[in-house]
Amino acid sequence: MGSIQLRSVNKAFGAVKVINGVDLDIKDGEFAVFVGPSGCGKSTLLRLIAGLEDVTSGHVLIDGKDVSNVGPSKRGLAMVFQSYALYPHMSVRGNIAFALKMAGEKADVIEKKVQKAAATLNLTDYLDRKPRQLSGGQRQRVAIGRAIVREPEAFLFDEPLSNLDAALRVQMRVEIGELHNALKTTMIYVTHDQVEAMTMADKIVVLDRGSVAQIGTPLELYNRPNGLFVAGFIGSPTMNMIRGPSAAKRGATTIGIRPEHADVSTTAGEWPATVRLAEHLGSDTFVHADAEGIGALTLRLEGEAPLKPDQRIFVTPREANLHKFDKNGRRIN
Amino acid sequence: MAMKQSLGKRASVTILAWVVGFLIFFPILWTFLTSFKSEIDAIAMPPKFLFFNWTLENYAEVQQRSNYLHFAYNSIVLSIGANLIGLLISIPAAWSMSFAPTKRTKDVLMWMLSTKMMPAVGVLVPIYLWARDLHLLDSLWGLGFVLMMLNLPILIWMLYTYFKEIPVGILEAARMDGASLLNEILYVLTPMAVPGIASTMLLAIILSWNEAFWTLNLATSNAAPLTAFIASYSAPEGFFWAKLSAASTLAIAPILILGWFSQKQLVRGLTFGAVK
Repeated sequence: MGSIQLRSVNKAFGAVKVINGVDLDIKDGEFAVFVGPSGCGKSTLLRLIAGLEDVTSGHVLIDGKDVSNVGPSKRGLAMVFQSYALYPHMSVRGNIAFALKMAGEKADVIEKKVQKAAATLNLTDYLDRKPRQLSGGQRQRVAIGRAIVREPEAFLFDEPLSNLDAALRVQMRVEIGELHNALKTTMIYVTHDQVEAMTMADKIVVLDRGSVAQIGTPLELYNRPNGLFVAGFIGSPTMNMIRGPSAAKRGATTIGIRPEHADVSTTAGEWPATVRLAEHLGSDTFVHADAEGIGALTLRLEGEAPLKPDQRIFVTPREANLHKFDKNGRRIN
Repeated sequence: MAMKQSLGKRASVTILAWVVGFLIFFPILWTFLTSFKSEIDAIAMPPKFLFFNWTLENYAEVQQRSNYLHFAYNSIVLSIGANLIGLLISIPAAWSMSFAPTKRTKDVLMWMLSTKMMPAVGVLVPIYLWARDLHLLDSLWGLGFVLMMLNLPILIWMLYTYFKEIPVGILEAARMDGASLLNEILYVLTPMAVPGIASTMLLAIILSWNEAFWTLNLATSNAAPLTAFIASYSAPEGFFWAKLSAASTLAIAPILILGWFSQKQLVRGLTFGAVK
């Protein structure tokens, strides 16, 4: 059982408030992702759950038990750090076994569990190596192996893939997803990469300056962002935000339309525009255009679109996919 | 862009380095050579460098007159013992300052260092009286305690600088792995800081070994280390240079040998953190 609840959690470092009244419910077995721009407090929130930081006020509950005053070693959680934080003076075997040694397990039990974790993560051949003799991906696996052997209530991942190259990141993302499917243990994953968030999460918690902006499934956040911040953060390329007469005639201060939800014509349409740049990816074409009286627009067209710079086009947003926001940036449709 | 130094420049720098090294080493070399001279040769004018009648009589007399091994034993016990206990105090102190600092941590560190700037003679009387009243004069415990306290600022400062280099994430990982504070220090921090702890201990042992002021004032015979052994060869009638040199050579030989074999660790210890 690994459900985690946060009740009115606040955290301040001196006079600086970094977490403002966060309420959160993560169900047992859920893969929750904390996402947000740098400095939004996602790592701090993770560390509050881990017990590496104390809450200024509020409560952290694990399976209904208040652990706000319980040290990190006793919360039954395991953490995978961004920098891996492997023990440099211990071998891979020593790193993975350390938690079991601290728990007072017998040597034969430790060895069996270490071998099992190593087999799961393809580390069997590296058990006697030191961390400095491993590649980045191998070190990350050792960090995960160290967490797995503890059989924790929940796993905490603090941007574990940011130090890896792009190809390895994709591979490890899949491996972590498969691990979650196999173990069915609660996982809380912190990232600034919204692609990781969208592909891995059961539930995404978007944080903005220490507060929760929105909680929902990836598609809920994508299709119905509750405000300008979430609308602009989730989705790549970013949603186009339009102010002025086009928004006012639709009863909003700002309207948003995702790049793939606008129709582009060379003959007629609502917004006349000039192509600035067309990026041809083969599967898609990304068109960057300047629309008259609107501003810059990014559009995504399926397949190959033969558009060139300085070409005149007409952009029409699909009304069913429009997002409307009031003067406070809150969703109104 | 790598700078190629001319052969001439490299040769001059090398020669200069050797000259400076020789000048620094010269007093020790002179002491060593004088220990093999007769008293007459020791005060000869012009001074005799290598060509004199080499003799071992000074060593024989020094060993006959005083029990070198007793003083050496005290030096070893005091240097190592006092600093081992100091280490037991300074490791947790440095941990606390490195990983759980408060607003006052820097002030405390500066204050500790400031105590080293005070002339020792300023506190001679109160410490002497304290040792006398507690019957700790001329005792290894009393002298050891004072030596430990003398070195604590240095032990804590040096360990603090080493510990600051240790990524705090590794200690946090140990906490997440279920390690108590003691286990964190024993199994993670200390093994990682072994080079730093070793070089700190080496420096502290050398400082304690050479400490003369307190050893001369707080010990006479039972707890007297090799510094007192050397001082006993300074007589009111004047210095018996040859015997004094023999006594000095015997006193500094062990620490010189230790320093020679651990010079890499010593240099690392003194320069750690200075160059990234």
